[in-house]
Amino acid sequence: MHEMGIACSVLDAVRAESLRFTGRHICKVGVRIGELAGVDPEAMRFCFDALVRGTDLEPLALEVDYCPRRHECESCGCHFFSPLDGMPCPQCGGSTSRLSGGEELELAYLEVDDGACATGTQSPE
Amino acid sequence: MERVPLERKVLNENDRIAGELRARFAEHGIVCLNLISSPGSGKTTLLERTLQTIPPEERVAVLTGDIQTENDARRLARFGFPVKQITTGGTCHLDARMIERAISGWRLEDLDLLLIENVGNLVCPASYDLGEAAKIVVLSVTEGEDKPLKYPSIFFKSELLVLSKMDLLPHVRFSVNAAEENARKIHAGMQIVRVSCETGDGLSEWLRWLDGKRQVRAAATLGSS
Repeated sequence: MHEMGIACSVLDAVRAESLRFTGRHICKVGVRIGELAGVDPEAMRFCFDALVRGTDLEPLALEVDYCPRRHECESCGCHFFSPLDGMPCPQCGGSTSRLSGGEELELAYLEVDDGACATGTQSPE
Repeated sequence: MERVPLERKVLNENDRIAGELRARFAEHGIVCLNLISSPGSGKTTLLERTLQTIPPEERVAVLTGDIQTENDARRLARFGFPVKQITTGGTCHLDARMIERAISGWRLEDLDLLLIENVGNLVCPASYDLGEAAKIVVLSVTEGEDKPLKYPSIFFKSELLVLSKMDLLPHVRFSVNAAEENARKIHAGMQIVRVSCETGDGLSEWLRWLDGKRQVRAAATLGSS
């Protein structure tokens, strides 16, 4: 259950970034989680919501982009998805490929609004 | 609504510290290895058997992580090498800052090999770089042979699989071939050694692997000096 620590790191980053957007509200943070990152998206959402609730970051939404394990064929260069290593390329049948995705644990983007976020119930100043 | 790209790692700070540790280890010619497994797979016993064979003049140190107790450090300290327990107090993995703090009292110029025994857990330690040269995953034959498929992250990221407790094979339903096939389905190039710390079978192969790592590092350090 290190998702709590990961969620804390995401919120630390949001807080640090919020200094750039004084007077505006960060509504959403987008995170990429790869299949090989060792992070469970559902546990991550649960921890994230628990940490945000009752704080000044509310209402802050989390969007998880789950990235399956991806390979690049060394013969034809095409990309294909497979949870397993050493699978033949579906295009050319080539047997060697290198990992090209699936290890992501990345902050992708923030959505910033000038007013209150539509999803929330922010009280007026 | 404006979308602002961020494009950076979530564990930026951990990765930064791990990068610094890796550079310091390289500068001092230290091989750092990160041992990971479920609780009870035999990491501490493997380290005991390893330290037992290393001559006392060699420059080896051990960090061992647990949620509570100093038991493992006590077991490992019997061999005379510097050993430090990292008690996480609930955290289910070691992170780079814990390693940085733990080694702060040691003179790195006095070390060649740093063995890190992570907290027993096949999930979370996979996400945290400790600045190691390689991760090693230990899987005992009393566990399921499908563990590599259930916990792909750590099997993918580990260079070596140590199949431990091989002496118990006659008593358990465990197919070594299936376990090894599953590990290689996740990580085709995975190296594997089969070890029994009870009988000593396979220990020489594990020690040869360890020596290989130390020789590569020694050659690299010599080359850069």
